[in-house]
Amino acid sequence: MSKYHVSTTINGDPVEYLCEPEQTLLDVLRDELYLTGSKEGCASGDCGACSVLVDDRLVCACLALGAEMGGKKIETIEGMADGDELHPLQQKFLEHAALQCGICTPGFLVAAKSLLDRNPDPTEEETRYWLAGNLCRCTGYDKIIRAVLDTAAEMRSGK
Amino acid sequence: MEEMRYEAPDSLDAAVAMLSDAGEAGRVLAGGTDLLVQLRAGMVHPGLVVDIKNIPEVRAISEEGGGFRVGAAVTGAELGEHAGMCKAWPGVVEATELIGSTQIQGRATMGGNLCNGSPAADSVPALIAAGAVASVIGPSGQRDVPVEDIIIGPGKTSLEKGEFVVSFKFPDRPAHSGDAYLRFIPRTEMDIAVVGAGVNITLDDDGVCQAARVGLGAVAATPLLVADAADALIGSTLDDAALEKLAAAASAACKPIDDKRGTIEFRTKVAGVLARRAALIALDRAKEGR
Repeated sequence: MSKYHVSTTINGDPVEYLCEPEQTLLDVLRDELYLTGSKEGCASGDCGACSVLVDDRLVCACLALGAEMGGKKIETIEGMADGDELHPLQQKFLEHAALQCGICTPGFLVAAKSLLDRNPDPTEEETRYWLAGNLCRCTGYDKIIRAVLDTAAEMRSGK
Repeated sequence: MEEMRYEAPDSLDAAVAMLSDAGEAGRVLAGGTDLLVQLRAGMVHPGLVVDIKNIPEVRAISEEGGGFRVGAAVTGAELGEHAGMCKAWPGVVEATELIGSTQIQGRATMGGNLCNGSPAADSVPALIAAGAVASVIGPSGQRDVPVEDIIIGPGKTSLEKGEFVVSFKFPDRPAHSGDAYLRFIPRTEMDIAVVGAGVNITLDDDGVCQAARVGLGAVAATPLLVADAADALIGSTLDDAALEKLAAAASAACKPIDDKRGTIEFRTKVAGVLARRAALIALDRAKEGR
């Protein structure tokens, strides 16, 4: 089977990989590049556990082909913390106990960061709609929403 | 099973040549939010996937002849960020933005929503109401096809082998025009339409409806253009009597199925209700002088 050679940028670093034509971006991230932070939940675009950014656009990595990513800029959960320093969203998720089993958490964090990058002062309703494509089966959503809104408030105050 | 190949041509001619050569084995990839699910589920086994997103014409929004031309692979998120389309065609934009989550909006396209052929596709009744015309290219050249003539049955389109939709032309927008799309779902987000209704009107300076188009979704084997519903509005000020006639005509056009999302009786009734409500939103927008 012929493989596709793809040159891309992942979390700021140039990355080259080989993939099969039917491998999704999620398959490539997890199985070829061992970036296993992005999770596979439904594999049909319903749960958001595989949320990543492609050229600054929030997408499900399970619904894109690895072969499509030539020249694209990909950002995953692995690029969110600055070394050992957590992103404020990650810190607030811990403080608010906004996770239980944790499978949905990387997707929620990537999606929430993409919201705050676009809108530093979202309403609760805007936040809930933005995150409607991320499903959590453990803690429910209240703590997650509160963590995101609290992060937004703290980042606005410049702390 | 045949091995799948992936190609991403950068011109329309190259894409047409690849799809023509592939015949039945070829599939077009735009946003992939339907195709990748179908691939994963084993519902389709294409020998060739042609990714059209590197072709400039399918990714652009441009002004043309007083209206807009929108590439078939423009994403919902990109459409919603285009000030000109939001102002001229808020009903089309709101319908397209109802497709899936934020993540889906980052990839899903109007061309894909149409060519997937679902009777419940949210953007399609709004495109039909808008009078959008699809520019289709294929081995025998380019042709213009009204959106209502593309879907001919669930999952089936009138596109010939090797053909695909390049872009949609939205007509010139006269003063006092407005459009709107509403759908019924049992949730507030992330669901498939039980009924969808798109209404597009143009008023004269006295507020009398000069032109109207009404599109319905999820109430028949294909999305519908309902001429009788539009005729109920034309010549009226969208008074109660006209809106009653609109609702009756919309309901009369329904040939729905019973399924877990809604019964025949429910869908038929709700089609009239939504057409009426969408008409009132379109009326407000038309009066705002759009």
